Amino acid sequence: MSPRLGWRKFVSGFMLTMTGVCAVVAVSVLFFILGYLVYHGGASINWNFFTKLPVPVGELGGGMANAIVGSAKLLLLASLFGVPIGFFGGIYLSEFSNSTIAFVVRYAADLLNGVPSIVIGIFAYALAVLPFKHFSAFAGAFALGLMMIPITLRSTEEFLHGVPRALREGSMALGASRWRTIMSVVVPAAYRGIMTAILLALARVAGETAPLLFTAFGNRYWSHGLSEPTASLPVMIFNYAISPYDDWHRQAWAAGLVLLALILIVNIFARAILSRGGTVLR
Amino acid sequence: MATSTTTVPSAGPAEDSRSFLSRLRNGDEIARIITFLFAASVVLITLVLVLQLWHDSSIARHKFGLNFFVTQVWDPIAEQFGALPFIYGTLVTAAVALLIAVPLGIGAAIFLAELAPQKISDTLQFFIDLLAAVPSVIYGLLGVFIVVPLMRVYIQPALKHSLGFLPLFRGPAYGVGFFTAGIVLAIMVIPYIISVSREVLLSVPRDQREAALALGSTRWESTWKVVVPFARGGIMGSIFLALARALGETMAVTMVIGNSPIVSTSLLSPGYSIAAVIANEFTEATSQIHLQALIELGLVLFLLTFILNGLARLLLVLTAQKGSGMGHV
Repeated sequence: MSPRLGWRKFVSGFMLTMTGVCAVVAVSVLFFILGYLVYHGGASINWNFFTKLPVPVGELGGGMANAIVGSAKLLLLASLFGVPIGFFGGIYLSEFSNSTIAFVVRYAADLLNGVPSIVIGIFAYALAVLPFKHFSAFAGAFALGLMMIPITLRSTEEFLHGVPRALREGSMALGASRWRTIMSVVVPAAYRGIMTAILLALARVAGETAPLLFTAFGNRYWSHGLSEPTASLPVMIFNYAISPYDDWHRQAWAAGLVLLALILIVNIFARAILSRGGTVLR
Repeated sequence: MATSTTTVPSAGPAEDSRSFLSRLRNGDEIARIITFLFAASVVLITLVLVLQLWHDSSIARHKFGLNFFVTQVWDPIAEQFGALPFIYGTLVTAAVALLIAVPLGIGAAIFLAELAPQKISDTLQFFIDLLAAVPSVIYGLLGVFIVVPLMRVYIQPALKHSLGFLPLFRGPAYGVGFFTAGIVLAIMVIPYIISVSREVLLSVPRDQREAALALGSTRWESTWKVVVPFARGGIMGSIFLALARALGETMAVTMVIGNSPIVSTSLLSPGYSIAAVIANEFTEATSQIHLQALIELGLVLFLLTFILNGLARLLLVLTAQKGSGMGHV
């Protein structure tokens, strides 16, 4: 072996090892995050955290019950707004559209998907807060719903495209109308993929903070109805983390742990749905 | 693509003669119209968003003109609004983030696509996907309580000691600042670079690698001199996507950048970013011109990410075409 070849082999081995190190470093960040959250937040999670309201500054204890309910409210409303638009829009793109319209809609959806979340917040403020002159759960859900639309739309379209044409032709040969075919043959065949996409969209907006800062705002008490300022876990984490109080920091860690656990569980569950029964699509 | 399903013949030659009404009775026409409305609303929403930003910043745009981008005084009381510190902070933190994230991300992507066995690659990719799902406020939380103290006590003093002769590392070690924000941003965008780059690398035709190996190159040479250049466009696309994310990122940056409108050559100095100032001042803006100035910043952010995302998509599409084109040769 010439020294030149030896050197080249050494460089090859060294660089390939370095790429492995990069991968390990990148993945280990996830475990650092989980570890720190469990270490700092685990001790502060107790029954009170889930059932009590926040207490005034200076008092110890209290919980984030209102923020947990608030987040659930916001996410439910956001799905009611974002999922139908994305889902039916996706059906149109895949089943009815001509290519020019499809291009325009897809382009708009990709554009919307790339808009920074803080800018979505500004938009929702202008449309859903200013006209009514108060922060509300509606405004927050509007902002989150906007962020769910592009993900739902593009994945519905993609998974419907994956359904074999023979299925459609079979159904129509039996005399079913186009719409009947879509709803009882095509959509069920792509059902898992679409569910996965909706769950992932939900998990993504569940952690969004920036669009809620000036739409749902926040609340230290229960919010009654949907047109009052509403607390949410992410905004609570933000406010507590930048506060000067140790007890609030503890609760921020606990809330962070709860939020991340929920998001990761939904993510894992969503991916499991897809991988278990992708046979119809492949 | 989209038209392939519309060509399924539904009524044969009788199609033309059927009246609009009879098609309506069939239900298909109604379904088409209703789903069209949903699809059209996406375009409408996006248009309204752009117009709203444009309209709601019109007074600020006319009053400050281009001075908005080059002056440094941001004083809501005196109604003086110069956005330079925010634009500077946004660009500097994003640059620091990319300097760290690009080599790490591409290295990891090479490992996942070229080296790791399928099973390990898929498992690691699964963790990377989970990492991408971690919300930015969580990164902010860890930034405030873990990264900032670490920077203040260990890393920044060490940087000043070893590289203090550079103007980049001067001034007191506050912990918060451009450098810290850049590092947190880097950690946040690495998953995007890895996922997209890995896809692009995996789409490089196999014969490219085999040809290089057959000519006697080592594994690394075939990767670095053949596979990576082949995928260069797509990798650039992943970097633009990451840059767009980094520019628009709000919460984590707000929590660690220090929130002081300072333009400084030192990376250790506290700073401010576009997204952070919007997050901090929007609810407290009392005068109309203050609100308009903030919305104009939002418009700037929107345009920046719009251009970057567009470029990224173009590069990714071009690379994908190149890959599939070569595959058929």
